[in-house]
Order: sequence, then C-alpha cells, then structure tokens
Amino acid sequence: MSAVPLHRLAHARAGDKGNRLNLALIAHRAEDWPLLAEQVTEARVLALFAHRGATAVRRYDLPGLRAFNFVVEDVLQGGVNGALNLDGHGKTLSFLLLGLEVALPEAAG
Amino acid sequence: MPLGSDPSALLRIGCGSGFSGDRLDAPGPVADALIASGGPAALMLEVLGERTLALAQRERLHKPEAGFEPALLDLLRPILGRCAAAGIPIVTNGGAANPRGAAMAALHLARELGLPALRVAVVEGDDIRGTGALSDLDPWEGDAGAVLEPERVIAANVYLGAAPITEALRRGADLVITGRCSDPALALGPMLAHFGWSETDWDRLAAGTMAGHLLECGAQVTGGYFADPGVKDIPSMATLGFPIAEIGADGAVLITKPENTGGRVDRRSVTEQLLYELHDPAAYLTPDVVLDITGVAITEEAPDRVRLAGARGHPRPERLKATVSLPGGWLGEGEISYAGPNARARAELAGRTLLERLRHLGLEGQARLDLIGVVSVFDGDGGALREANATSPGDVRLRLAFASESRAAAERAAREVLSLYCCGPAGGGGVRSRVTDRIRTLSFLVPRARLAPRVTLLSLEDAA
Repeated sequence: MSAVPLHRLAHARAGDKGNRLNLALIAHRAEDWPLLAEQVTEARVLALFAHRGATAVRRYDLPGLRAFNFVVEDVLQGGVNGALNLDGHGKTLSFLLLGLEVALPEAAG
Repeated sequence: MPLGSDPSALLRIGCGSGFSGDRLDAPGPVADALIASGGPAALMLEVLGERTLALAQRERLHKPEAGFEPALLDLLRPILGRCAAAGIPIVTNGGAANPRGAAMAALHLARELGLPALRVAVVEGDDIRGTGALSDLDPWEGDAGAVLEPERVIAANVYLGAAPITEALRRGADLVITGRCSDPALALGPMLAHFGWSETDWDRLAAGTMAGHLLECGAQVTGGYFADPGVKDIPSMATLGFPIAEIGADGAVLITKPENTGGRVDRRSVTEQLLYELHDPAAYLTPDVVLDITGVAITEEAPDRVRLAGARGHPRPERLKATVSLPGGWLGEGEISYAGPNARARAELAGRTLLERLRHLGLEGQARLDLIGVVSVFDGDGGALREANATSPGDVRLRLAFASESRAAAERAAREVLSLYCCGPAGGGGVRSRVTDRIRTLSFLVPRARLAPRVTLLSLEDAA
C-alpha cells in the first residue's frame, strides 16, 4: 500500500451556509469512487476539522456523479459574519480535505 | 423573440453576474451570444449576498434613495439598450434593500441612453420588518435555538420564489428588479413566463431550478473557483465566459458559454457547481420546488456543452426561509511584515507581544493570530513574485484579528499593531489595519401565508 493525498484522486469545492460547510468531493475517475467511499469516512472528515470546532459530519453518496457531499456542522468559527479567520466563508477548506491521505493498493498506485 | 410567443422554442438564459463584486464587464459577451442566437432569451444578474442586504439597509438609513446594489447601473449600462432592442429581458436581485430606488435609477439610466419606453418592474414583499411575519418565525435547523429580538433587527428578508418574476415578465417588463429571492428563481421566472409550466409540475420546476442553481454563481460553472494548475487547467482565466443555459420545453438542460471567451464547461466544472452549497442532495429546498439531484446524469455533448438530465422535483415547502440580520459587534484587524533572517521568530515575538498587550489593557474580546507569507516586502513592483535570495529566508506577515462588542476595544486592538513600528521586534514594516462593524445573520422559517409579494411596473413618469 502507498499513501497519497486525496488531491491525486479527486477534486473538491466548498460552500457555506451560516456556520455549516458543505464539501463536494468528486473522483477524477469513476473507478476510484469505491476506494474513496471506503476511506473518506464521516469519522475521518470530522477528525480533520475537529480543531476548528466541527461537531458532526454527514456524508451523502452520489455514485452517479462520482461524488460525495460532506456536510460539516459548526466548522466555520461563526461563519462569514462572525469568524476571526481571514476566510470566514471556508472557501479554502476544500483543499484541507484534499490533503487527507488515502491508501492506494500497490497495483493502482 | 418575446418570451412565451412560441413556448415550444428553446429558451436561453444567460447569467452575467454571480455575486456582488463580480466582474463588471462579464454581462457583455453573454448578452451578445443571446442576441446572436435570435431565439427567446433572458439575462440574469445575481448580485445579492446574505449580508449585502443588511449593509444596503444600513446605507438606506442614511440615504433614503440608496440601498440597492451600487454596481447595478455599471452592470446594466453596456447591455440595457441592446437587450431591450432584442426583446431579451434582464432579471436581477440588485434591488437589495430598495428595489424601487433601483428601478428609479435604472429608469434615469434608460432616459440617458435614449430608451424612454423601457418597462421596469419591481418585486417587493420580501422585506418583512414591521409585518406580522416577524413575530411568526421559527429558527431554521442550522440556527436551532436562535432567539430573535425584533428591536435589534437591521434587515429581515424572505427568499421569494419565481412567481412574481414570471408575473412581471408576462406584464411586459424589460427589466425586473427584485430584493431577496432565491437565486435560481431569477432563471426559473423567465422559464415559467416562456413555457407556461404549471406551478405543480415538480419535475420541470426541478429541472429549471437546477439550471438556475448552475447559473447563479456565474463563472463558477465555467471554470471560476475551479482552476488548479496541473490538475484542472482552465484557458484564459482573464476572459472567463459566463454561463448560458439552454432549456427545452420538456425541461431539458444544457450548460454552455459564449464562443471566443475563456474558461471551460465540462463534467467536472458542472459537477462542482451542481453540488455547491447543497446539503441533502435529495432535498434542496427552494421556494418553488424541493429539488432532488441524486439521479442526475451529466453528459459532455461537445466542447463546452454539457447536458444534465434526471432532476426530480417534490412539492414546494410550506414555509420559506428568511434571513434576519442583527448587529454583530466589531472586528479590529492589523497586519505587520517581517522578512529575511529570523523573520518567523520576530513575527512570533510580535504576536506574543500583542497578546500580552491585549491582556495588559484588559480589552474584552476574542483574539486570533495568523502568520502569512511567501513573497512580499523584499520584492519589486509589477507582480513578478520573485522570491528573495537565499540569504533572506522568510517573508512573514503577522495578522491580529480581535472581535469585540465594543468598538473602542476593537479600535484599540488594531492600534496596538500599529504601535509595533516603534515598540515591536526589529525590522517590522508595512502595517495595515482596519476596524469594521459586523452583521450577524440568522435564518428563520416563515409560513407562506404570511407573505404578500407584489409586482409594480414603473415608468419615467414615476421617476419624475
């Protein structure tokens, strides 16, 4: 097994509503979707955003779109109107997700 | 060709602005492409963010004729005449806190441009301050437990649906100006005016709403908020083409962009925007329909032409979302740069010193520090972004952010960054600071029956 950042296998976009963030994660290749489904779990995404106060993550699976939609609660430090963070919208956070490591089977690496 | 004259004809809807702050020259190529198509078409301009409305409401307090999108006339000026001549209505939410004021300004612009017959409609009724609706709100699930103090409300606006826009277009408006409405409604309104879909034809409303959702952020579906060099490359970001949706009478949806513009429409750009700001993909709530995109299939038919099929609709919600804006205290910010040998250590010392100062002064609030930087204070002008030579490791910008209910405390915190010039570590420079008052927004749900949207057509006589 070798570990690579999610950025190698997928692209992503962040959107905000209040203190709630959504992260669309989309596999570049349809055949990688099951690997992402197995490894990019709600628990791992919650752990990734825990330092920002995230309280829950819900993952919606969209295999027909090669995609997942992650909804992360309470992660925007008050949101665009309340955050001290330069990026109150959380627009940059898609690339925090894309830094998450996933393990590739050797043959697929 | 006017909307609705041949409901079997393909309808094109272009989007010339995706947010307040978008490129002012974006609508031009979209308008040109719609005119060149020769078919029925409409142009939408989305310019109203969640907090924009509260800022506009505040502005109106000081200046009663203001309170609408400041860039609206700049967006309209280059396209108003040629769209009106081609029978292509423009639909915008740029009315913000004052749709009537925006309409008056647009009518004056029309007169200046030699368009005395321009028909401008305003949609009102989204503003629920001073109505019974304000006392009949339940917090939206994302803001559970929120309590509203009506006397502190700066702005309270309901997301209206497509129906008033449709009515305005049917009454012959060349320009429809709304306040708050759902962004996809800016596209769905013209579709209903053209195709005459029933307001319970949920699957078609869903297809139209999906198209509107793809259009509403402008270039975000044509390569903006998307490029990632070496991974997702986008041609000519400086001339991104804004999107056009081609809608069939049966609810077929195709997304494209004007020829000879930058950007790209492909499966990836469309998928990212389809999921943008979505929560449950099976239940995207809008005033007009509950949209389910879980069965949507995306097909690249040709370069920059992407088809979407399979949107499903469910009956519209009984309650509509309202955004309520309240005072949110003050934010003081300051930044200072350190570069060259030991830059990071000096910047961190500056940060520790600032936090000590805030404690020492007893300022009430919340602080945050950031260390930012790659290339700045050592570089020349002109945008070359040359990293300085190897003997000058580091270019670090310290940022302090301090939020407080007290304006004086936020101002004092920002001033403390300035004071680092003389009292901070060696070689600190380039201080910038600012203090802003903040607006907090909460979402509530309001029963549909509490609302009374209304459409008014205005003319130059009203503007006199």
